[in-house]
Amino acid sequence: MPRRPIIENERNFTWITQKICGIVEGRTPAWWWVAFTISATVASFTLMGLIYLVSTGTGVWGLRNPVFWGWAIVNFVFWIGIGHAGTLISAILCLLKQKWRTSINRAAEAMTIFAVVCAGIFPLFHVGRVWLAWWLFPLPNANAIWPNFRSPLEWDVFAVSTYGTVSILFWYMGMIPDLATIRDRVPMIFEDRMSKAKTVVQKGFERFYFGFRKLFYGILAMGWRGSNRHWSNYEMAYLLLAGLSTPLVLSVHTVVSFDFAVANLPGWHTTIFPPYFVAGAIFSGFGMVLTLMLPLRAIFGLQDLITQYHIDCMCKICLATGSMVGYAYGMEFFIAWYGANPYEGFAFINRAFGPYAWAYWIMISCNVITPQFFWFKWARENLALVWILSCFINVGMWFERFVITVSSLANDFMPSNWDYFSPTIVDIFTFFGTFGLFGVLFLLFIRFLPLLAFAEIKSVSKQADVHGHH
Amino acid sequence: MSKQYGYLALFDSAPAVYHAAQSVREAGFKKWDVLTPFPVHGLDGAMGLHRSKVPVFTLCGGVIGFFTGMFIAWYMGQFDYPLIVGGKPFFSPIFPFPVAYELTILLAAFGTLGGMFITNRLPMHYHPVMNYDKFRHLTDDKFAVVIEADDELFSETETREFLQSLNPEEIAVISDEEDE
Repeated sequence: MPRRPIIENERNFTWITQKICGIVEGRTPAWWWVAFTISATVASFTLMGLIYLVSTGTGVWGLRNPVFWGWAIVNFVFWIGIGHAGTLISAILCLLKQKWRTSINRAAEAMTIFAVVCAGIFPLFHVGRVWLAWWLFPLPNANAIWPNFRSPLEWDVFAVSTYGTVSILFWYMGMIPDLATIRDRVPMIFEDRMSKAKTVVQKGFERFYFGFRKLFYGILAMGWRGSNRHWSNYEMAYLLLAGLSTPLVLSVHTVVSFDFAVANLPGWHTTIFPPYFVAGAIFSGFGMVLTLMLPLRAIFGLQDLITQYHIDCMCKICLATGSMVGYAYGMEFFIAWYGANPYEGFAFINRAFGPYAWAYWIMISCNVITPQFFWFKWARENLALVWILSCFINVGMWFERFVITVSSLANDFMPSNWDYFSPTIVDIFTFFGTFGLFGVLFLLFIRFLPLLAFAEIKSVSKQADVHGHH
Repeated sequence: MSKQYGYLALFDSAPAVYHAAQSVREAGFKKWDVLTPFPVHGLDGAMGLHRSKVPVFTLCGGVIGFFTGMFIAWYMGQFDYPLIVGGKPFFSPIFPFPVAYELTILLAAFGTLGGMFITNRLPMHYHPVMNYDKFRHLTDDKFAVVIEADDELFSETETREFLQSLNPEEIAVISDEEDE
């Protein structure tokens, strides 16, 4: 059986360059401004929520005995999990030589970085006195005290900050050749714009704008000239970064799960947490990649580069990781019974039938049932359905973190200690606003940086094969 | 007066530049390069390039990162300010392992990116090949072989004839002069 082509309709190099560079070189489309305005407005909810929180106290987040983690940690784990698909695509699929990754890795990596930004907000402000958040890092301070390296929360500081930094390095290095292409096209696009500009004001604007573009892409491209002596080192560095990011991405959600698993609380204190969290993170991340890429593919007409084959692959990964998550839910129940610990047993019965049963069943239906549609070809080829299902995955994975965090804390060992946790309006606004922040960052990325890694796409195309066969 | 940097032969396809690179290598040139818009698979072998030195930088970064992680946990927890927390030891190689592990990856990643820049001598503000009027195509859809005038085997007429025998789209003289 012939291998399915990664690029459809035999598109040549010129077409690929023009298609991707055209997105950042053309005039800003009207929908972009609409989306940007809406996103910025939504993002202001986070800003207002945080201003209110800092000026009043963390109590405005509904944090009180027994649930001191509340939505802050739920949202943190949710966003950090979203990021994992980006690193999986760029690193693990690179090592596994999955060539289809080239069409989606750039946008997915951008998603990773912006998700880490959104995630970071919550623990940062959850510490209460945010101006002392630098105490999380081992920096000398006036009290002469150091962080406690025995605490998983401190491990998390290192895991998340390393994850954010390495993701940016990897993303940037992958972009250098593409930025060089855009840099080299600046004079051509500038002449074209100047010939169309009529008034002096328009000409002045174009001169100013393209002066900025020349500097922006010129500096970021670092003088890249496509020398094969450079490519040789570059490819090696890329492979090494992929090799480094693979244990990194697996460790980040493992360390996040240690925040829970190292505690003695029923429902948290289990060894299944690290693999279960990593699978869940990849599941939610691919859900978000589909949610973002399907509209972008339609808007920018990228059907020849992000083909049905790519969508099939992503759906299948959702199916695999979603089924792993479903298996973990089942296994948690089994071990709670088999372990014969009455508290552990109660914690799980309470999750499914207690005060948070509504959240539990939303989680089960979104995370276990939704991906099962992806067994079927007709479902994977119905893009509207895929998009809706991907949104359900996002919702389900948020509820998973809610169920784990809140139900275990609200009903622990002693009934006299129990309470029912409800978020406040500030909680809801702050979380809602992070979608706006994510949107603002992602829209800026679409507008200024190459959306698809086109140098990599060219290298896996048919014409790139020097021996003339594929 | 502008100095000649070398000759550039432009090619239209990846196979063409691959075979041209093989010929240039067989002819014995040392100071030459191939410019491509994407990494062409197998071209390193055709050019006879040695294995990249970037892993050395990665290893150094990783080793420094791991020992930094272990050292700060020991220095802060056992040496500078021992504090009993939960009856646990002041230092053990086990509990700071996640910290050392993350720092290993962090510094190895910086080593890799830095190593890529150092081995490639980037960032570079100017390079003579950027004077070529079709340079824009070399990061888009064309390929080129560049032979420097500094090469021992270089001769203005013979090298030009040699490049002509490789059937390029065109041959251009690259001069070493910043145009601004």
